[in-house]
Amino acid sequence: MATKAYQRTYTQLQAITKATVTLNARGVANDELATVNGKLAQVVKTKGDAVTLQVFSGTEGVPTNAEVSFQGAPPTLRVSDQLSGRFFNAYGHPIDGGPEIEGEEREVGGPSVNPYKRRQPSELIPTGIAGIDLNNTLVSGQKIPFFADPDQPYNRVMADVALRADVDKIILGGMGLTNDDYLFFRHAFESAGALDKIVSFVNTTEEPPVERLLIPDMALAAAEYFAVDKNEKVLVLLTDMTLYADALSIVSNRMDQIPSKDSMPGSLYSDLAKIYEKAVQLPDGGSITIIAVTTLNDGDITHAIPDNTGYITEGQLFLRADPDSGKVIVDPFRSLSRLKQLVQGKKTREDHAQLMNAGVRLYADAQNAKTKLENGFDLSDYDLRCLDYAKEYATRLLSIDVNITVEQMLDTAWEIFAKYFSPAETGIKQVFVDKYWKKD
Amino acid sequence: MSTHGKVTGIVSNLVTVTVDGPVAENELCYISVGGNQLLAEVIRVTGDKASVQVFESTRGLKNGDSVEFLGKMLEVTLGPGLLSGIYDGLQNNLTTMTGVFLKRGEYTDPLDRKVLWAFTPLAQPGDKVIAADWLGEVKEGWLPHKIMVPFSFKGEFTVKSVAPAGNYTVDETIAVLTDKDGEDIPVTMVQKWPVKVAVKCYKEKPRPTRIMETGVRVIDTFNPIAEGGTGFIPGPFGCGKTVLQHAIAKQGDADVIVMAACGERANEVVEIFTEFPELVDPHTGRKLMERTTIICNTSNMPVAAREASVYTAMTICEYYRAMGLKCLLLADSTSRWAQALREMSNRMEELPGQDAFPVDLSAIISNFYARAGMVLLNNGQTGAVTFIGQEGRPLLLRPRAEPRRPEALPGRQPDRLLLQIPRVSRDPGIPAGKDPEELG
Repeated sequence: MATKAYQRTYTQLQAITKATVTLNARGVANDELATVNGKLAQVVKTKGDAVTLQVFSGTEGVPTNAEVSFQGAPPTLRVSDQLSGRFFNAYGHPIDGGPEIEGEEREVGGPSVNPYKRRQPSELIPTGIAGIDLNNTLVSGQKIPFFADPDQPYNRVMADVALRADVDKIILGGMGLTNDDYLFFRHAFESAGALDKIVSFVNTTEEPPVERLLIPDMALAAAEYFAVDKNEKVLVLLTDMTLYADALSIVSNRMDQIPSKDSMPGSLYSDLAKIYEKAVQLPDGGSITIIAVTTLNDGDITHAIPDNTGYITEGQLFLRADPDSGKVIVDPFRSLSRLKQLVQGKKTREDHAQLMNAGVRLYADAQNAKTKLENGFDLSDYDLRCLDYAKEYATRLLSIDVNITVEQMLDTAWEIFAKYFSPAETGIKQVFVDKYWKKD
Repeated sequence: MSTHGKVTGIVSNLVTVTVDGPVAENELCYISVGGNQLLAEVIRVTGDKASVQVFESTRGLKNGDSVEFLGKMLEVTLGPGLLSGIYDGLQNNLTTMTGVFLKRGEYTDPLDRKVLWAFTPLAQPGDKVIAADWLGEVKEGWLPHKIMVPFSFKGEFTVKSVAPAGNYTVDETIAVLTDKDGEDIPVTMVQKWPVKVAVKCYKEKPRPTRIMETGVRVIDTFNPIAEGGTGFIPGPFGCGKTVLQHAIAKQGDADVIVMAACGERANEVVEIFTEFPELVDPHTGRKLMERTTIICNTSNMPVAAREASVYTAMTICEYYRAMGLKCLLLADSTSRWAQALREMSNRMEELPGQDAFPVDLSAIISNFYARAGMVLLNNGQTGAVTFIGQEGRPLLLRPRAEPRRPEALPGRQPDRLLLQIPRVSRDPGIPAGKDPEELG
């Protein structure tokens, strides 16, 4: 941090907690940055002359006579095309050994887009995964999280999605990534030869948790640069938002704030919304799409973090292990893309929506059949066919290791339907049956 | 002389101000920061310290910044031109704002002051009138928009003069009233009213007697709602609450529809912006947008403005009700509103109630629901505000139980209709909220 002429320096701390320090200072602005013995900190509360700072890297070793200098500005990121292909820490400093970025300094966590100036999202984002493209189609400008237990391979799925998506830039915001996950992303991007369109901001589990709070704002400031200034299609990956929310609760707890539901801060909804609502289809063609990960505790979506997330995002993608097919699948019942109807049958083939509904309904019938089986009831011929169908449907379409085009997904669905059912049993409109039904 | 103050404490959007004179609960003030004026509302006073919630980002705000109190509560501007308007929670016109991003401290006029309205007088000189009596009317779209004695006028007045039929702007004097002290008061087409106070300029509130057709068969046949009744749609996210509300908005038998997107997803609001101008009202054959006002406070806009948005919407409905019109208010969603209340209560360090909601949540929501209803106007005509709110519950939780979320409970007391969407509609992959007959 360059020393500036107007910098004010203090050397008397009044209080220190694990995440915050409090001191008496005047003329301090809300959200302003400061350094505490060289550690970056941000103003989170003022009360009279008492100013509370959250110290991003933790307060270990900070003495009461620490030198506190105020920077006079909120967090910023230098933006330019030089960002492409680079890896940064939570402060926007390179961690890949390369030079610092030259460019315009932009405030992070800036204002919202006027909802009236937005455009309706309408471009398909193909991922190759049928559990997503067929049943929960993604649209540019959408924001959607993966809900997954920590043992699900969500980071792998996300890397696959990112590399297959037809976008101009991919921004990775990694919060509390294990070093292994970080290296996985780095390797995946490098070996795909896609590094030049990827910008990464990474906080690993080795680093202090409070630093994570900067990651989404940094990643989205970079995304806005490419989407607004360059009219590019930008995909932002945020993993893992549960760890981000945990960091919020650490700070509010250290500030003695009264905890809200599940010991999260009362402002959780607004804090998450500020991030997710950066997803936008801009009038001049640029867009920001956000795919996030919210890890769950044993599938519990009633916890404050997934619950609040669900009210902000446009659907959710639920990953789970399917014991019948032995695959990890995108759960068709609990997943939902709220924007899918904007592209299904419009940017994809006309029979898309019908096939999706039929496929999921028959899969539900298979679940009923399974319940009957487990309770010792006799199974009808239809039940048995449903069970076989479910296994094949899960393996060939729902599984996350599928990588085919949307056209192939639709053809595969027709093929599986024809194998186990009559046209009437699928309930698909006759016009589509006449046109697409796979006859022997 | 108006009261002034200085900022002495900041935590997020809750600011403490030391004041030099009297302040009122819910009084508005402007905080000056870097050439911008930020609007805020008093929510607590302790000694000479007022806690104010700021309707904007408080980034860069400093202790010592000056505050000017306005001596009035949050008001809406009422007059011809509200219909087809798109406003934020504080009734700023979103369509006339410049730039793609919302600028802090930019407040736009809700009414177009230049438009000429064709005025027809209804009152005669010498008539005795009281608040909300009709003085004349203009055509707003196809609706007769009554120009009324402002709601804030107390006591009886004598009409001294009424402007002759002709074209006037909203700010021109269209009548002069004489109060009982003989003083002349000019009246224009515009009046203001504080949003948190119910408009009670009517004779009585009888029991609703007519059915309001929603156009949704399953509601009108089995669970019809009364004109002036209240209802709410509980359900987990993704079950189709918004889809159902949009269906009601499109087909409901009402003269005026106000949609309050309270803490909603911006992309869903964009869907309304994109769809509604194209849709035709089945009752009149005119464009749906001509009878619709949208109050749009998306989830990333400041939390205090989210709380204000439902009140702004309700006040606009009450205004049109006083013209003898049938109004329908759709609020999506009241649970996000409750979350806003929770967030502010948490910031003020109030002891939390159930699920960390403020303990008076139930009273606040009941009061709000009670502002709906059919009324008998002073001139013997009737008007109605029908209110349908939405309450969220977590996905797949307590599938068939009664709504147990605290923000859902109070709604049950004052309302007369419960539109519960069963969980089962999610399971077979049927797009929930759709009429089953449309499927297949």
